[in-house]
Amino acid sequence: MMAPILNVQGLETQFRLEEGTIRAVNGISFQLNEGEILGIVGESGCGKSVTMMSILRLIPAPPGKVVAGQALYKGRDLLAMKDEEFRQICGSQISMIFQDPMTSFNPVLTIGRQIAEPLEAHLSLTRGQVYERVVELMTIVGIPNPKDRFNDYPHQFSGGMRQRVMIAMALACSPQILIADEPTTALDVTIQAQIIELVKELRDKLGMAIIWITHDLGVTAGLVDRVLVLYAGLIIEEASVEELYAHPEHPYTIALLGSLPRMDAGGRKRLVSIEGKPPVLYEKPTSCPFAPRCKYRIEHCSTENPLLMQVRVGHTAACWVDPKTGKERS
Amino acid sequence: MTLNGNETLLKVENLVKYFPIFQGAIIRRKTGNIHAVDGISFEIKQGETLGLVGESGCGKSTTGRTVLQLYRPTSGNVYLAGQNLVTMKGEELRKMRSKMQMIFQDPYASLNSRMTVGEIIAEPMLIHGTANRKEASAKTQELLRLVGLEPEYSNRFPHEFSGGQRQRVGVARALSLQPSLIVCDEPISSLDVSIQAQVVNLLEDLQKQFNLSYLFIAHDLSMVQHISTSVAVMYLGVIVELADQNQLYTSPLHPYTQSLLSAVPIPDPVTEKKRRRHILVGEIPSPANPPSGCRFRTRCPLAAEICTQVRPEFREMTPGHWVACHMAGQSI
Repeated sequence: MMAPILNVQGLETQFRLEEGTIRAVNGISFQLNEGEILGIVGESGCGKSVTMMSILRLIPAPPGKVVAGQALYKGRDLLAMKDEEFRQICGSQISMIFQDPMTSFNPVLTIGRQIAEPLEAHLSLTRGQVYERVVELMTIVGIPNPKDRFNDYPHQFSGGMRQRVMIAMALACSPQILIADEPTTALDVTIQAQIIELVKELRDKLGMAIIWITHDLGVTAGLVDRVLVLYAGLIIEEASVEELYAHPEHPYTIALLGSLPRMDAGGRKRLVSIEGKPPVLYEKPTSCPFAPRCKYRIEHCSTENPLLMQVRVGHTAACWVDPKTGKERS
Repeated sequence: MTLNGNETLLKVENLVKYFPIFQGAIIRRKTGNIHAVDGISFEIKQGETLGLVGESGCGKSTTGRTVLQLYRPTSGNVYLAGQNLVTMKGEELRKMRSKMQMIFQDPYASLNSRMTVGEIIAEPMLIHGTANRKEASAKTQELLRLVGLEPEYSNRFPHEFSGGQRQRVGVARALSLQPSLIVCDEPISSLDVSIQAQVVNLLEDLQKQFNLSYLFIAHDLSMVQHISTSVAVMYLGVIVELADQNQLYTSPLHPYTQSLLSAVPIPDPVTEKKRRRHILVGEIPSPANPPSGCRFRTRCPLAAEICTQVRPEFREMTPGHWVACHMAGQSI
């Protein structure tokens, strides 16, 4: 067992709005081990991005607030430390890749200067060293002719190339943890495959831990080591990637996997659709938040919200029902 | 317009659509063309679905819009139930529009936010005069029920609905004139995974019920495989391969199709580990200045001398399986 590099405990984030307090994250705990790729999967609004933004203190306050929990990075709580201390870690030891490579850059600065920014902020290098490092980074992520492209502006890059630049920027200070928030959603499949290959290669070469946030269970299958499935701001299932796809235990995970057409299975089988839509929580859930959409629902589901329980070795799920028998777990 | 089972509903011949490029602020002059669609041909039979796939910028949406005469083609012919839409104008074309409808990609942008859902669905019927106000309102209720929404929702505004529900409204609007062809332009790509399945199942049910034909444009190859009877793969304005769904996915002949298929993630870690991937290098070239000869040659692992000089002919390799490649059949 490798040591956890990031340990999140009991994280809760809320947004105070006029119509009430929205509970986006309702007590999430997980660990990220060194050199591991952790997949966080869920639909829009399930709290996957808010979880990561909470850890990186990017939640706009007000209206948002992290109301409880810790995020221990090498034993120090990211959420409790002083701003100056956090700034030294964020962007250098922990860095992030955002979803939309079209809007995440400053359009009036050259790509080279934007990649250089974290280097200038965190390391004391001379201008020549910064230039060398930027060119090196651009080479690592596979941008052709890095010296020529150093002075280009973001609009001169295509979507896939911009995502590579974003990765170069995130790698600038050799981070220990890389958080990727749906980095391939806006890209074509061929470009998506290029980026995924690149990330795997970089992990093997540089040995950082990666958190990969996505709604696509197809992407996670070939990339991550362990998966957390989120619903209504809670982790509802956690397992290694092989275990989760072979033996999904939570009805939501089962339905999500069923809603994907399988290209290797020849298609044309009717897809499993999940009726209804994910809830927006104004109160802490007292019943299972998935119960209204769940076809395995029993009496117990509406009276008590199940916590994560061990269902198999190294596999936890938050559900009262054993989907194989349709009866309550003993 | 009455058609039986397996008759051809839509026939597209050598469709070409160029968009002019203008330059110069004072003296504006045409300096070139974007070759968005460059000579494509296909057919769709009554009650069947043609999936049109390709990367962004390959001209698949332009094809959909040009078929519907939302863009007038530069050249080529489009026959809907035997009638050539390209030569039609004005009132004649307007009448044909009730037979061909469209479902758009973004359900947030394709519904007028100042109209109620009822007004949105009734509008095509009132414009085409197929119903008076009272009939249209009754028909609206029926359509809402048909797409799985409550009839009482007709007084609500689009912002009160979720993405999946809005897309259902878009489907109801497309159905309101009882069309025979619906062009679905990435109808599910902006929806959540669990909602995508709802909309796809709905489209399949409606197809069976009304014997609809779909031109289903998407970049998600696994979803296209699921919904389509036959599939056309587009690259830079041309169709490079066309075959029935099963044939195309099990024995792709064009190197582009082969690499596209190998790039699609499969939701199974065991299969993923065993898979041999061929990842395409580089990106789609500019359609303003497409490569000579075969358009795919700049990214093709099989490219040879002939590919730079001769544009490959779109030929039938095995019955019903068309491909445009000099090296067709060799695997990458």
